[in-house]
Amino acid sequence: MKSARTNRVGEQIIDRRLNGKNKSAVNRQKFIQRFKGQIKKAVTEAMSGRSITDLDRGEKINIPAKDISEPVFGHGRGGKREGIHPGNTDFVSGDRISRPSGGGGSGGKASNSGEGEDDFSFELSRDEFLDIFFEDLELPDLIKTQLARQVQYKTVRAGFTSTGTPSNLNIVRSMKSSLSRRIATRTPYARKLHEAEQALEAALLLESPTAPRIMALQEEIRKLKSRIRTIPFIDTFDLKYNNRIKQPKPTTQAVMFCLMDVSGSMDEGKKDMAKRFFTLLYLFLTRSYEKIDLVFIRHHTVAKEVDEEEFFYSRETGGTVVSSALQMMYDIVKERYPSSEWNIYGAQASDGDNWTDDSPICRDVLINAIMPCVQYYAYVEITEEGHQGLWREYLAVKRACANFAMQHITGPADIYPVFRKLFQKKLA
Amino acid sequence: MKKKPLSKTSEWTFELIQKYNTEIARVAAGYHLDTYPNQIEIITAEQMMDAYSYVGMPVGYGHWSFGKQFLSVEQRYRRGQMGLAYEIVINSNPCIAYLMEENTMMMQALVIAHAAYGHNSFFKGNYLFRTWTDAESIIDYLLFAKNYVAECEQRYGADAVEEILDSCHALMNYGVDRYKRPGRISLHQEQQRHKEREDYLQSRINDLWRTLPVKDRRADTHEEAHFPAEPQENLLYFIEKNAPLLEPWQRELVRITRKMAQYFYPQRQTQVMNEGWATFWHYTLLNTLYDEGLLTDGFMVEFLQSHTNVIHQPPYTSKYYSGINPYALGFAMMSDIRRICEKPTEEDRRWFPNLVDTDWIKSLDFAMRNFKDESFVAQYLSPKLIRDLKLFAVLDDDADNELEISAIHDDRGYQHIRQTLADHYNLGNREPNIQVFNVNRRGDRSLTLRHMQHNRHPLHEDTEQVLKHLMRLWGFTVRMETVYEDGTVELTHECRKED
Repeated sequence: MKSARTNRVGEQIIDRRLNGKNKSAVNRQKFIQRFKGQIKKAVTEAMSGRSITDLDRGEKINIPAKDISEPVFGHGRGGKREGIHPGNTDFVSGDRISRPSGGGGSGGKASNSGEGEDDFSFELSRDEFLDIFFEDLELPDLIKTQLARQVQYKTVRAGFTSTGTPSNLNIVRSMKSSLSRRIATRTPYARKLHEAEQALEAALLLESPTAPRIMALQEEIRKLKSRIRTIPFIDTFDLKYNNRIKQPKPTTQAVMFCLMDVSGSMDEGKKDMAKRFFTLLYLFLTRSYEKIDLVFIRHHTVAKEVDEEEFFYSRETGGTVVSSALQMMYDIVKERYPSSEWNIYGAQASDGDNWTDDSPICRDVLINAIMPCVQYYAYVEITEEGHQGLWREYLAVKRACANFAMQHITGPADIYPVFRKLFQKKLA
Repeated sequence: MKKKPLSKTSEWTFELIQKYNTEIARVAAGYHLDTYPNQIEIITAEQMMDAYSYVGMPVGYGHWSFGKQFLSVEQRYRRGQMGLAYEIVINSNPCIAYLMEENTMMMQALVIAHAAYGHNSFFKGNYLFRTWTDAESIIDYLLFAKNYVAECEQRYGADAVEEILDSCHALMNYGVDRYKRPGRISLHQEQQRHKEREDYLQSRINDLWRTLPVKDRRADTHEEAHFPAEPQENLLYFIEKNAPLLEPWQRELVRITRKMAQYFYPQRQTQVMNEGWATFWHYTLLNTLYDEGLLTDGFMVEFLQSHTNVIHQPPYTSKYYSGINPYALGFAMMSDIRRICEKPTEEDRRWFPNLVDTDWIKSLDFAMRNFKDESFVAQYLSPKLIRDLKLFAVLDDDADNELEISAIHDDRGYQHIRQTLADHYNLGNREPNIQVFNVNRRGDRSLTLRHMQHNRHPLHEDTEQVLKHLMRLWGFTVRMETVYEDGTVELTHECRKED
């Protein structure tokens, strides 16, 4: 803090700019806490109105001003008032004028704040927005959570050090540094040696080999050579070891499989709803896990693993064989995500259309292969029509597996409640 | 002899602020401005917003309403709907004045003159501040309040604390003593004792009647000594001392809000004077420095532009009109007092015989020390100023279909305008006159308030809500009676405690 005094005692100028500026953060939180109900409502409304892809930002919240007003005693309209106003132009005493239709303009506290009837509006930050959005949500049956909470380390290489155990000795690095040291320490002698040798050569042309000058030069050359010889080939200083450090292993890792039907019967509206469902799930997972892998599998008659962009936005049509996607998911789990190391989540969206003979296969794949290795599997059926074969088969899965959930959604407005229901906090 | 200007660019540095401050202090001392020592603090816009949300105080206890305040300031500032004030000044010793880092050198000098010498000397001199606020201890008290509230939140839960604070805030305007009357209180106590003796005798007498069948107990309780013996205007004080069910910590919270209300009460009553005084002095001090050659012409042009904005009074026809600008009125009146002292006209001699040909510094100082807005306007608003501002009075009576122009700036109107404007600044008129009237001590312990109606002004619709808050504090049924001007009494609101 910079402070300075003037010549008057006690007068001082203080630079406070580096002091904390978020004094109001606590009260801001109190405010949000207090009006959580209204804010939540506003958040829910905002959700239905805006695209899920930009969920990741704050939101302007409007709360009816009357909900958050702080009441005080005051005068209402009516009675007799007399007010003084400036800027009279042509009134004279005794003039009578009709009451302005706006009313309340004269005196009193009729309108001491111009925004009386308006909504109270403010910005929620992204974090506040998401916190409210995700409140009470927790992934079900986090069986592996406790295990995951213990931080596991793995050693990773992190450059080189000059101390270490012989087993970590890095020979190439050590030799490189030995070489450079030798070059560096030898150079001054080598230069002198070179000069002396040249001088000797020149002197030998003029003088006899026994001349004292020649002798002196030869002596110097001998000394320099021995100096150079005594430079050690390797010095402890040269030794370099591989450095290994421990890094916390992101053990709270999850993989989320997104399965979506992109067959001809899935129109844009349905895909959009599915997209929202996945996006919400993903955003939620990003808050719960340090590391999340996403696997997108889209299918019509054949399944295909795609990237996010293609998953959501590319167009394709065809028939529907759901089991192809389930089979692919199972293969990927076996291959890349052993369930001993990964929390596996499955989310599937479909319009319920499936090739009739395929639905029982889906049921079997789920019950026998997928459900045993996933934490949770959620299925949403987006359709306005009645349920078809797939739904009935999935009901069987639901009966068989506790960690399987399914929901039927008909319009964009259903997405949020569905999402909440799927991931409602389970009371221990 | 002209001096060298203090600075030539609009950039400020700490050295420059110090130089300006030294010069302003020197000139201020020449005008006999008596101030607390100054502590000038440079802050950022964000910090200014924080200060805003705590009603300008550097610390405050936690409550959501301050968060609401902050959010609305932040929102409007971000959208560019409002600028932040250039300064905030705190009535404390030392007097803390905040300067925003975004300000130019001119603005910093203006703010120093305005806040650190204008407001500061007003805080130190005005009788209301001297009587009701303790500049020495306010910051410590705020700190105490903040810690106490935090401690209560820890111990009793944030919700319980918030409930009490919400209720206290609703009644904060009724947490002040409007008049200090220590003499009368002892007299009052005397009467109280007298009454107690009387009551004692009466009770012995009543005892004689105890065996007789009681016909109507209600009538009987009505005969009982009124409590409080006299109506009480300070509702929060009454609650703090008499609410039957409050825990000690809750009483302390009531006390904290009451103290805060009392601390801000003088500011609410001296807005015109305080701003007028500060504006008059920044104008006078900087002009003096300019005359000495310490300020450049460029500085003065920039200064006059800001100054003119501050004291701009749009006429009632303007779409920017929102009542009388206290800066404009205050500055005009302060300047007018100086004019009357120095260059009185014949009219001034008739209206202000005590003011003409006196030392303006002393007369102005007297005015600053001994008045509040209401009495200041009643005493000093001159006919010339009424003419300059073209003030006129409008009578709005809901019994009449039309408004009436009751006075304009002419001979017949001066007195009327002056009195009406003074009444306008009387907080007693602006806020409903509500007092604690009675507590039913033997019965349901209900509390009855009385609203003395004035000019037939009704209570607005928040009343019900406020009574709910009052009931929360009192713990039993709360009623509001309205006393009409003809003396009749009507029960207008009731907030029943559910059993």
